[in-house]
Amino acid sequence: MTVAFLILAVLTVAGTAAAMGLRNAVHCVLALTVGFAGVAAIYLQLDAQFVGLTQIMVYVGAVAILAVFAIMMTQRPTAEKPATYSSFWLTGSVIAAGVFAVLARAILTSGATTAAPAEPQISVQQIGDSLMHQYVLPLEIMGLLLTAALIGAVVIAMDHREESK
Amino acid sequence: MTWIVKNLWLIPALPILAAGISALLKQRSRIPAASLAIGSMAVSFLLSLCAFAHTLGNPDVQTFNFRWFQFGDQWLQLGWVLNPLTAVMLVMVTFVGLLIFIYSTGYMEHDENFTRFFCFLALFAGAMLGVIISNSLLLLFMCWEIVGLTSYLLIGFWYAKPEAAAAAKKAFITTRIGDLGFLIGMAWLYHQAGTLVFYDAGAGCLESSALAALVAHTTVLGLTVSSAIGILIFCGAAGKSGQVPLHVWLPDAMEGPTPVSALIHAATMVAAGVFLIARIYPLMSAAPDGSLSPTVALQVVTWVGAITALFGATIAVAQYDIKRILAYSTVSQLGYMMMGLGVGGVSVGMFHLITHAFFKALLFLGAGSVIHGCSGEQDIRRMGGLHKYMRVTFFAYTAGMLALCGFPLFSGFWSKDAILDAAHTWSVSQLPYYMGALGALLTAFYMMRQMYYVFAGSNRLAASSHDDPQLAAHFEDPAHHGAHHPHESPAVMTGPLVILAAFAVLLGFVGTPAWPWFQSFLNGKPTEFGWAAFTEPGVLPVMVSSSIIVFLGLALGWYFYGRKPIESADAPDAVGQLQPSLYHLLGHAYYVDAIYGATLIRLNTFWSHVCDWFDRWIWNGAVQTVSYFVLGVAWTDNFFDSYIVNAGFDGGCKSVSGGGWLLSLMQGGRIQTYLRIIGCALVALVIFLLWGAKA
Amino acid sequence: MSSLQGYLLLSALLFSIGLAGALTRRNAIIVLVGIELMLNSANLNFIAFWRFGPHPEHLTGIMFAIFSISVAAAEAAVGLGIILAAYRHSKTTDLDQMNSLKG
Repeated sequence: MTVAFLILAVLTVAGTAAAMGLRNAVHCVLALTVGFAGVAAIYLQLDAQFVGLTQIMVYVGAVAILAVFAIMMTQRPTAEKPATYSSFWLTGSVIAAGVFAVLARAILTSGATTAAPAEPQISVQQIGDSLMHQYVLPLEIMGLLLTAALIGAVVIAMDHREESK
Repeated sequence: MTWIVKNLWLIPALPILAAGISALLKQRSRIPAASLAIGSMAVSFLLSLCAFAHTLGNPDVQTFNFRWFQFGDQWLQLGWVLNPLTAVMLVMVTFVGLLIFIYSTGYMEHDENFTRFFCFLALFAGAMLGVIISNSLLLLFMCWEIVGLTSYLLIGFWYAKPEAAAAAKKAFITTRIGDLGFLIGMAWLYHQAGTLVFYDAGAGCLESSALAALVAHTTVLGLTVSSAIGILIFCGAAGKSGQVPLHVWLPDAMEGPTPVSALIHAATMVAAGVFLIARIYPLMSAAPDGSLSPTVALQVVTWVGAITALFGATIAVAQYDIKRILAYSTVSQLGYMMMGLGVGGVSVGMFHLITHAFFKALLFLGAGSVIHGCSGEQDIRRMGGLHKYMRVTFFAYTAGMLALCGFPLFSGFWSKDAILDAAHTWSVSQLPYYMGALGALLTAFYMMRQMYYVFAGSNRLAASSHDDPQLAAHFEDPAHHGAHHPHESPAVMTGPLVILAAFAVLLGFVGTPAWPWFQSFLNGKPTEFGWAAFTEPGVLPVMVSSSIIVFLGLALGWYFYGRKPIESADAPDAVGQLQPSLYHLLGHAYYVDAIYGATLIRLNTFWSHVCDWFDRWIWNGAVQTVSYFVLGVAWTDNFFDSYIVNAGFDGGCKSVSGGGWLLSLMQGGRIQTYLRIIGCALVALVIFLLWGAKA
Repeated sequence: MSSLQGYLLLSALLFSIGLAGALTRRNAIIVLVGIELMLNSANLNFIAFWRFGPHPEHLTGIMFAIFSISVAAAEAAVGLGIILAAYRHSKTTDLDQMNSLKG
């Protein structure tokens, strides 16, 4: 429990809490970006540099921007903004709290007191090698999945009005 | 030659086979049908000749029996028998049948149901031959019934005519009444003797051991069992042979075509009754040892025969239809045959049967020829003068008529004389003799009357045709030979007439007292030729007196009908003018039919009404009750099904839908709700696992 | 409390926050964001366990995390596409009003 960890943890939690709590959706996404950045920093702290940088590239650089685009495309400036929270917000909060309580209890009573082993020296080449050798099948499936998702997203989001003309 | 005994069954089988094949032919195939019938009859005739030749050598009874089926530990046996009686009947039936078949091809030429006619004729021939050769009373009865059936079919051949259909029905029902007695007698015989086979190497019911047993028992009225059975079987014979009181069907049976009348109701079928009595004669004549008088059965037969002989002859005097005269004459002659059987035994009765077959068939075929020549006219008052136009028919008919009357030296003379001779010496009474003599007188009288009406004088046909439009139309029909007066029949019809006439003249000589070949043949004894027989006491006086009776009858006929020619068809009958009321009574056959109608028929109708009521209300009521009950059950079931089962089922379905509706409420359609529930479930699960792990 | 437990607690907290957002927000896009957050917390879990596990040289945790990130990105794209299509149909992103699949 180093100080660095605590600071990063607070930053991350604050960002994500804001992401879930703010009224304006764009503000939410911006806060989310902060949260993602915090998670990336924690990855770096855990000596998972590749993952951390991948996190920044993918989540911060793609997902968050995608969410912003979606918000902008689905919001009408003139329309009345709906309420922020759903009608059952209290139930949801209670459930979330309950989940956290259960997980925390499980963690705290598990007695996981292993000392951190030595710092692993992971090179990108190692990651690349293992991707191509041991994890080639998941890699290929991932390629298929991404292709399907790409095509599916295009088809779903496509404007179908031109076809009927 | 014993193969003939084994194959005797072929004789009836061939005509029946011909009938079966003819039944499948189309109505247009006349030549095949006629050829089959005539061909099979010809082959049967040849086989009958073989059988006859065989019996000349061995006159003993020869049988061929076989087992039919088993019931319990008894076997039902059938078979055929060949003895002189069988052989003589076979030859007669096949020969006369063959001639009549040939005659029919000419007579029925214009009829469109030619094929059906020959099919029925062949079936009749087969059945009749079956009756003759049968060695078992049961087989005889079966063939007897088929003979009755074919008689019905042939009488009602022109079924579209209501009189013909009614006559056929009357014939069948009347003979059926007789057959009831036959059946009871048969059952009783089987019960007493244990077998219905006639000759079975000593075990048959006509053989000595069975007869001794039958004679030993006595039954009602002091009759022996054999006599009682004999009388019952005689009921069947009386029906079939037209004895009084079951004679009523025979005159009406003239509605059938003339070949049918000739074959069935003159020569063969009506003779079947006489043949039956001849066949079971040992049973009828079985008397306890030491008894001299004839048995009761034979007495009954004699009296019934005598009454019938006189009865038929009196009615024939007053008839106008040419075939009816001959029909009542047949009734009378059958009475003679029965009388002959009763007083003189098998040979006496059978001799007259054989000679009668020939000359009666001749007379009927001649009448058919006359009817054909007169274009369908059957009333003798409208005929006349035919001796000029139909020479062959006239001569043949004369021969037959003289034979029937018993003119000396003709066949009828010898056979009738044998009967009268035996009646004269009958120990019980002389009355049958006198009745027979009177009947002979009347026979000569009415036959002479018929001859004068039909053949003598001038032709009254054209004169009466002016009154009858149908007849006039017939005459003017260009298809009908274009003649305005009667014409001779074609050779196919006159040929058999000539042949039968020859037999009518000559056949008697096989049975004269000088050379009683026929009688000896039937009795199985050797014969000798001897003039001495004429000098035996009683023979010559009877012969002379019967000749005088015949001459007297012919003279009376000439006196009334021959002296003055008959002027017109409407002239009253000469005898009728003398005694109009008696004549009227005779003309209506003593009103026997009316009496039957008022009594028996009304009783039958009443009884059928009772049965109908019973059927309608009692049986029908029971059936209706059951059906209403079933309906009630069905209705209850329906109610149950609709309101209870269906309701239950519907209720079940509703609860399922309701449950589904309830469950569907959980589908809010809102994703966050689902997520919340998943979250809850997760929490709950983890808590459960942790708590469970702890505990 | 060891470092591992600390990371795990952080991940649990992030998960709960993401869950809370997913359960309580009306805007569909923010709900999707909450789901992304939950995936992120799971990734964090993986990396933490990899780091503190016995064989870090096997790269298991890293691989898992990489694939998880890829799937999450693809899923975000598809999900947002669906939301856009739904928005075009019903002119709103309010989840409370999207209940036409109810029974």
